[in-house]
Amino acid sequence: MRRIMLALFALSVASTASAHAFLDHAVPPVGATVAGSPRALRLSFSEPIEPMFSGVDLATASSDPVKTGAPAVDPNDPAALVVPLPPLPPGRYRVSWHVVSVDTHRTEGSYEFEVKG
Amino acid sequence: MALPRFIASAALGAAAICLLGPGAAQAHGFAGARFFPATILTDDPFVADELSLPTVTRAPSDRDGTQEIDLDWDLSKRITPDLGISLGQGWKYLQPRGVPAVSGLDALHAGIAYQFFKSAAHEATALIGLNANFAHTGRVQALGADDFTTLTPAFNFGKGMGDLPGSLSWLRPIAVTGNLGIDFPTKSTSAGSPNPNNLNYGFAFEYSLEYLQHQVKDVGLKPPFDRLIPLVEVAFTTGLNRGQAGQTVGTVQPGIIWAGKYFQIAAEAIIPVTRATGRGFGGVVQLHFYLDDIFPGSLGRPLFAD
Repeated sequence: MRRIMLALFALSVASTASAHAFLDHAVPPVGATVAGSPRALRLSFSEPIEPMFSGVDLATASSDPVKTGAPAVDPNDPAALVVPLPPLPPGRYRVSWHVVSVDTHRTEGSYEFEVKG
Repeated sequence: MALPRFIASAALGAAAICLLGPGAAQAHGFAGARFFPATILTDDPFVADELSLPTVTRAPSDRDGTQEIDLDWDLSKRITPDLGISLGQGWKYLQPRGVPAVSGLDALHAGIAYQFFKSAAHEATALIGLNANFAHTGRVQALGADDFTTLTPAFNFGKGMGDLPGSLSWLRPIAVTGNLGIDFPTKSTSAGSPNPNNLNYGFAFEYSLEYLQHQVKDVGLKPPFDRLIPLVEVAFTTGLNRGQAGQTVGTVQPGIIWAGKYFQIAAEAIIPVTRATGRGFGGVVQLHFYLDDIFPGSLGRPLFAD
């Protein structure tokens, strides 16, 4: 048993693993109310992500999809996903995201924010 | 102490094989946006590549005043993304009142589990499994380790409340996991004492601050507080026959889990809920590694993936 544990420890030290990507913070913030339409969504994750396998959907409170610009990884921050937005009328919106971290782990989540006129 | 017990005797060999095996990385304990941490008392509702090492338990005093300390390890390994095995064993230290202390290995336990249901939209997951405690794998005479094998078919589930309506958004971080199993001992008596069939049932009630902060409302939590999961676990065992029908032992365990990138740390108090369970309070702490995050390209992958 001791040998196995030592082997596990050695492997963990040698590994260059990443991990599951959790949402770290977002702009607009999770659950926030903002004055005026934001120009973009910015989702910052705990790990660098793979843009090819990551995406963001935006919907109104009545679940109608909102067409957005193409999500792109911030060239200065491989853990941040930026989504250009069209002008959003006042109302509540739901952001649904899914990302794959660079070690291929998939995570997903969603949150709401509100635009005040 | 009921620890996650979906196990099988090939786990360590399988771990070595999987270093060379193919497979797609999958998540540990996720159902959609919900992350279910590994709980100490309640068997997990998912298969995973994880290692609990160690789990240190200071049990409440026995009815006759015996003090007990346990050191346990548990390894879980996925064969496929939905089929997993596990293996574990403990070392036990007993200090009976007025006589010398004894220590040694407790029974080896193993299991196999199939995760037959997962709903991302409803943050729900469920599995069926078969667990086994093996006879004569611990110190029978001195420590009371079993001289018989017990087989336990089990059903485990997990449900997150993320699908609650917006008016109840503050309740969305809540999740419940639970398990149900029946013990089938292979001997009806041992040294004159009955070995009854037992009904095992337990639940974990969790409130994820990570879920609150990142999916409901940014309340300004910063690390490490945004990765905390306060919880209360309860587990009971009720005898079904052989003179012990209706006799119940169980504990309530309030505590907290901190879930990081590669491991989690959990600490819980142990409160006995029946006189037969014990007296006073105990405590348990656990260090739990996410092997799928530590070794995403080798040990942390299923042996056979899609």
